[in-house]
Amino acid sequence: MSWLLVLPLLIPLTTGILCLVLPGRTAQRVLGLAGALGLLAAGLALLAQVQRQGIQAVQIGNWPAPFGITFVADHLSALMVLVTGVVAVAVALFALAENDQAREGLGYYALGHLLLFGVNGAFLTGDLFNLYVWFEVLLLSSFVLMILGGSKAQLAGGVKYFAVSLLSSILFLVAVGLLYGATGALNMADLALRVERVHPGLLTALSMLFLVAFGLKAAVFPFFFWLPASYPAPPAMISALFAGLLTKVGVYALIRVFTLLFTHDTGFTHSLILWVAGFTLLLGVLMALAQGELRRLLSFQLVSHIGYMLMGLGILTPLALAGSVFYALNHMIVIAALFLLAGLLQRMQGTTVLVRMGGLYGPYPWLAVLFLLPAFSLAGLPPFSGFWAKYTLVAAGLQAGQYGIVAVALLVGLLTLLSMGLVFAEVFWKKAPGEVRAAPGGLGGLALPVGLLAVLTLGIGLWAEPLLSLSQAAARELLEPSGYIQAVLGVSR
Amino acid sequence: MNTLILKTTSRFLFTLLLLLSVFLLLRGHNEPGGGFIGALVAVGAYALFALAHGLSAARKLLPLPPLRLVGWGLLVALLSALPALLLGQPLMTGQWFSLLGVKVGTPVIFDIGVYLTVFGALLAAIFGLEEAAHHPSEGA
Repeated sequence: MSWLLVLPLLIPLTTGILCLVLPGRTAQRVLGLAGALGLLAAGLALLAQVQRQGIQAVQIGNWPAPFGITFVADHLSALMVLVTGVVAVAVALFALAENDQAREGLGYYALGHLLLFGVNGAFLTGDLFNLYVWFEVLLLSSFVLMILGGSKAQLAGGVKYFAVSLLSSILFLVAVGLLYGATGALNMADLALRVERVHPGLLTALSMLFLVAFGLKAAVFPFFFWLPASYPAPPAMISALFAGLLTKVGVYALIRVFTLLFTHDTGFTHSLILWVAGFTLLLGVLMALAQGELRRLLSFQLVSHIGYMLMGLGILTPLALAGSVFYALNHMIVIAALFLLAGLLQRMQGTTVLVRMGGLYGPYPWLAVLFLLPAFSLAGLPPFSGFWAKYTLVAAGLQAGQYGIVAVALLVGLLTLLSMGLVFAEVFWKKAPGEVRAAPGGLGGLALPVGLLAVLTLGIGLWAEPLLSLSQAAARELLEPSGYIQAVLGVSR
Repeated sequence: MNTLILKTTSRFLFTLLLLLSVFLLLRGHNEPGGGFIGALVAVGAYALFALAHGLSAARKLLPLPPLRLVGWGLLVALLSALPALLLGQPLMTGQWFSLLGVKVGTPVIFDIGVYLTVFGALLAAIFGLEEAAHHPSEGA
């Protein structure tokens, strides 16, 4: 049934539109949560459908591929959509508790759901030019969200974000144009069949353009400078949405094009990706260790851990790709939890500068637990989901004989633990520099979504088999694109 | 601006331009035209009226605030995509039927949605800029 595939697009779009049409704040708040819950349910249903019946494809407007607009859901897309729903629900719950009346009045819920619309469109589209359009949809919403409320820090961060995003979009568009000139196709399944006939040197040059364009979006080395300069600026209910979803769209696009289209010279392209992964991992975590402000520190951690997702793509074995997919899903949950928690701490202490925080362990021991669950998962300690993600990648690296990147991955895991330990010592153990303020308006509502995400990462860690086998199914589909091509074009020419 | 000629002619032009915009919208069905270009002409009519008679007079001629119109426009466009789903076809498949001998279909409804969206969005921008120009302290 084709409607299940378009539901993850229709639900956020409808929610966003209704939030624009209905003026009442209460109506928007109810819609904001209902839309997120609906998206989560649609994600579950879509994954079940893909699980039962294989790769799903739909041609919008009933114009046949490769001419029409194609949407495809394989395991990778369905999993990404599902976890997007999880993050959306957590952020919607947090926003309800945060009760930021000014930003709600300016259209926070409408913009948030249009952002989700763009993110899901990027995950589901089967057409390279449409991928560009979906990037624009999510970027436009994110530009407005970034500066919503218009504080000085937000505008400063917004300008950098805007400039880099536009640069990346231009490069992407140029790359799409050149690839279209070389092949005469835009549909990704069609492209996969036609790239064989392109000169390998030209194809490698094109793939580098895509690597730079998507690398800017995914914030990998050496293009990550913009992310820590802009993500800490907006409030947590916006930055958590960005941190959880936006860079993963870049990672998804990299995984998609470097498994479906550019596999002609893996000795060069994927080795380069492996180097990029290594530098991203190391530089990100070293920069994180040098930060004195919690949200900037988390932003560098976010950058660093993008490297893990690229590591699996660079190794390009079934196990390694499964590790990449698993890591991306796990990381969306964990980093969203940490960014939300940073927002909660900001509310309690009035600052996120580490030296001015402290003394929370005594009055709020449960808050320390709430921090340690996602923090340990980020560092890759058992029994959390981050452990299995890292374990899969390291095992795949050892199998493939890539000892260098494995050493880097393990070292970065340790340094992440050190960085998270430092945060714990500063925020929870250290004596408070001033008095610990009682949080205004209760903490339960703000802590609930963080708790849900923390329990989820623990749950996945304790019962990793289902998600791991789904990730492996995704990896198998990625490495054997004939199923994807068959589902879209109906033929395997 | 306070000129008699502009004030008098803008009343006629306003009506004419709005008629032209609807004509362009419907003409877009088979020939050059359509919701986007039609909305641009309609925005031109309102901009001219606002220049001649002031912003508040132009605002009074609007049924809804411009940004709310964007919402309704998107909703109309979305609704045009849905009938295909109910009939078991892929989203946005065009549905056609005959109304008094004229072929009408969901693409027309989609175009009306585009018309409202572009109209609302551009008008919001123009009114916003106009306000910022007259009250620089409140603007931006």
